[in-house]
Amino acid sequence: MNQLALAIPWLGKRNPAAARWVVILLAVGAPLIAVLFGKSWVRILDFAMLYVMLAIGLNLVVGFAGLLDLGYIAFYAVGAYTFAFLASPHFELHLPFWLVLPLGAVFAALAGIILGLPTLRLRGDYLAIVTLGFGEIVRIFMNNLNHPINITNGPQGINMIDPLVLFGWDISKPLKVGDEITINSLFLYYYVFLACVVLSVILVQRLQVSRVGRAWAAIRDDELAAKAIGINTRNMKLLAFSLGATFGGVAGGLFAAFQGFVSPESFSLMESIAVLTMIVFGGMGNLAGVIVGALALTALPEVLRHVAVPLQQAVFGHVLLDPEVLRMLLLSLAMIFMMLLRPSGLIPAYSRYSRPELVVGKEAGR
Amino acid sequence: METLLQQIVNGLVVGSMYALIALGYTMVYGILGLINFAHGDVLMVGALVALEAIRLLQIHAPELGLVPTLLAGLSISVVVCMILGYTIERTAYRRLRNAPRLAPLITAIGVSFLLQTIAMIIWGRNYHSFPQLLSTAPLEAIPGVFITPVQITILVVSATLMVALVVLVNKTRLGRAMRATAENHKVASLMGVDTNKIIAATFIIGSALAAVAGVMFSSNYGTAHYAMGFLPGLKAFTAAVLGGIGNLGGAMLGGLVLGLVESIGGGYIEDLSFGFFNSSYQDIFAFIILGVVLIFRPTGLLGERVADRA
Amino acid sequence: MKYSLVALAVLGLGASAVQAQEVVKLGAVAPLTGTQAHLGKDIENGVRLALEEYNAKGVTLGGKKVKFEVMAEDDAADPKTATTVAQRFVDAGVKGVIGHLNSGASIPASRIYNEGGIPQVSPASTNPKLTQQGFKATFRTIANDVQQGLGIGKFAATSLGKKVAVIDDRTAYGQGLADEVDKAVKANGGSVVTREFTSDKATDFLAILTRIKAKNPDVIVYSGMDAQGGPMLKQIKQLGINAKFITGDGGCTGEIIKLAGDAIGPNAYCTQPGLPLDKMPGGKDFNARFKKRFNADVQIYAPYAYDAASAIVEAMKAANSSDPGKYAAHLGKVNFPGVIGTVAFDARGDIKDGAVTVYQFKAGKWEPVQ
Repeated sequence: MNQLALAIPWLGKRNPAAARWVVILLAVGAPLIAVLFGKSWVRILDFAMLYVMLAIGLNLVVGFAGLLDLGYIAFYAVGAYTFAFLASPHFELHLPFWLVLPLGAVFAALAGIILGLPTLRLRGDYLAIVTLGFGEIVRIFMNNLNHPINITNGPQGINMIDPLVLFGWDISKPLKVGDEITINSLFLYYYVFLACVVLSVILVQRLQVSRVGRAWAAIRDDELAAKAIGINTRNMKLLAFSLGATFGGVAGGLFAAFQGFVSPESFSLMESIAVLTMIVFGGMGNLAGVIVGALALTALPEVLRHVAVPLQQAVFGHVLLDPEVLRMLLLSLAMIFMMLLRPSGLIPAYSRYSRPELVVGKEAGR
Repeated sequence: METLLQQIVNGLVVGSMYALIALGYTMVYGILGLINFAHGDVLMVGALVALEAIRLLQIHAPELGLVPTLLAGLSISVVVCMILGYTIERTAYRRLRNAPRLAPLITAIGVSFLLQTIAMIIWGRNYHSFPQLLSTAPLEAIPGVFITPVQITILVVSATLMVALVVLVNKTRLGRAMRATAENHKVASLMGVDTNKIIAATFIIGSALAAVAGVMFSSNYGTAHYAMGFLPGLKAFTAAVLGGIGNLGGAMLGGLVLGLVESIGGGYIEDLSFGFFNSSYQDIFAFIILGVVLIFRPTGLLGERVADRA
Repeated sequence: MKYSLVALAVLGLGASAVQAQEVVKLGAVAPLTGTQAHLGKDIENGVRLALEEYNAKGVTLGGKKVKFEVMAEDDAADPKTATTVAQRFVDAGVKGVIGHLNSGASIPASRIYNEGGIPQVSPASTNPKLTQQGFKATFRTIANDVQQGLGIGKFAATSLGKKVAVIDDRTAYGQGLADEVDKAVKANGGSVVTREFTSDKATDFLAILTRIKAKNPDVIVYSGMDAQGGPMLKQIKQLGINAKFITGDGGCTGEIIKLAGDAIGPNAYCTQPGLPLDKMPGGKDFNARFKKRFNADVQIYAPYAYDAASAIVEAMKAANSSDPGKYAAHLGKVNFPGVIGTVAFDARGDIKDGAVTVYQFKAGKWEPVQ
């Protein structure tokens, strides 16, 4: 939990206990604050939680094990489509979520192994480009597998996906407490997603300081040396791929249930890049950084819409750069300048096994 | 039969464009070990700058003939791209030369998206029609098989530039310095090669080739667009890997092979797979080839280098 | 000075107290930024004009005079933003929504409107799925892709030739439309000799066109956008293919003419859902009013948005209430002469007898054929 405290830079160093409580309070109270600005902000928070899960998963692969994956969104797609296949009118299947969600995770992990096995020998940029290709192949197949047998329903996507039903309780319907108070489903989704995020954080944190996490750090910093001290690099890399993919798969399943609609459009290369930017921006290899990065970049387009548009109208009289362009501009600048000026991210890693600055300056003798 | 011949002609034209773009990737990779993700976007800038220049020339100097206008537009865009290539290398890549590999790769992706966004701000999101200065009237080379003057020009220009580049690398002082730098930076600089200059020169030459490829691409299809560079860039990279990255001859061979595979594959996949697959899978070929080559023969068709250097 | 201000304030208060107006807010949503911003503004203005005219005429619901207000929002043509905006409408308690433009935005948003109990009338989304979800209060005033695909397929097979090749761009729009064309061609005695596919990012179609050439079709149907249609026309010419060419509303633009250059000729056709503005029953008059109010030309969707807003108000009048729960049932039963023709919906919520117009390329622009 010490890492969580670091999410608040100033307080975190001086009084970690207080900072920790601030983080917990913020996490629990966030939707209550957001709703003051309208329920649409709660919806944005819900999406932000999904991106946090994705960022945590990708961070496992990129930040911990040092394997650059540019097709990560494929696992998100696998999870989402698994949910859509097994819990929608598409195949007339309506399995309960506690079966479907783990299945999505398993399939995503399998996909991770399928991608990992042949690419084990590849390192660095070759791996990046092959994973990019993998992501595109998955998307193209989802887009075209409606012929000759209709599996994915092609570009039309799958609609009317079942919502999350927890023990007979449909959380897409408002919850009535007594007669007076009803709690909107957006809040319910938020807390379900938050629970998943908390679970992921605990899991990943344990993992990071475990034997496995240290082995990953060793592989990331020097694969040859890692091999020499007896680490089974093959299995460790496969584990990184499949575990990272698992998070993507779960997030994908939750996305499908929340949105009720999946189509191949949602799983484009741009999404992979967006998740990558989140972890680069926040701080590769560092949980708190990754979470802050994901939150900041999910909220960015909405903030731009509410700040940049009126500001430009006031200054220039019309909208010069629309929010989408501005977002692209900021994202690409963030990628360049983060790497040039602050390669360890907004909130640099602090734990022993996650110090990217150790990596910087290595491998110089290329 | 004519259908197959036509597909081969189509494939060769596309393939020679891939080959020309692949040269830029392969040169930079050979020297720096960096995938210059922004290379495809330099191509896009080349096409759009040429478009703008040609438009202005047509307004202000209409008495200039078609071909001189095209050549003038091309030279302007080549110069702009050379400056752009140098700037990218100087600002975004040089500082990261000794950083771990992930860092320059992420910066490269950032530069690629930055170029696209800036182009989108300047030229908007619409497709622009590219002035047709060379004829696209089809010529019937063999009965039933058509080729246009633009396509013939593309084949000739690509071949010429490739030969010129091979001569440059193998016969000149600059080329020798480039080969030395590619072999080993430190040793090359000890031998009196100014490696910084050589790397900058590589980027400049690569960007000039990208500009030429961009203008040819746009002349052939008649469109230019802020995102036009991404897919050809990716495919050209595949071509470079297929031929053996770092190897000039390999890039050419890889480009032509990829062009042919895409064209013939797109045309015949439905018959070959008994209707299970169809032309909607055309874009997958490049990625599958890429994966298979990297996994089973990472050195590519002609490569002598070991691809997998950490 | 101070006194006069106070007096004004008092007067203002008095006036509002006397009239006891009830304000009814309707949402108008479309992309107001990005490439389709001009089309989005067109929709917003159409809604604005309709409501302003109703305000001027005066509408009384349940004994109270009502004043309509527009709440305009931007969905940036993005599905995720669309759901956020939809949520904002539900929060703000708007009584009905006119929008969205893109089907990809309309479909996920419709779910939120349905849950929030707000009727939605889209003036522009043509994907059939929008009204097939079983939502009771989802309507549209424009012909859907089934109707358009039928129009293209029928025209191609009966007027252009029996052997048809169909290309689509593998987007939700392109594939959906192509499937309908395929059915309609067969239903009208034609045959589909081949179906080929490309993507919405492609520029080179030579491989698939060469394949099509070998099948020797009379007509090539392209179901996709103008940015691909232009270069495709060029390459059709370049390969010496003599087939006729027809495309849907995605390619029925001025842009395709620019992009195709000298490769487009009288062999090229396209279709648009709805009638051309000057052929609409109320078209000329609407155009004049619109121009006077906004000093802008009607792009495409303003008449549809105008009629969508009118349908909502007419339903409110029939129910004598602005309560969505009460007037929603009357929306399905409206029947009034709008700008685009008679506005009435079928059981699903699609406009009845949605017209589809075929255009032919003549003398540098698209001219209506029928």
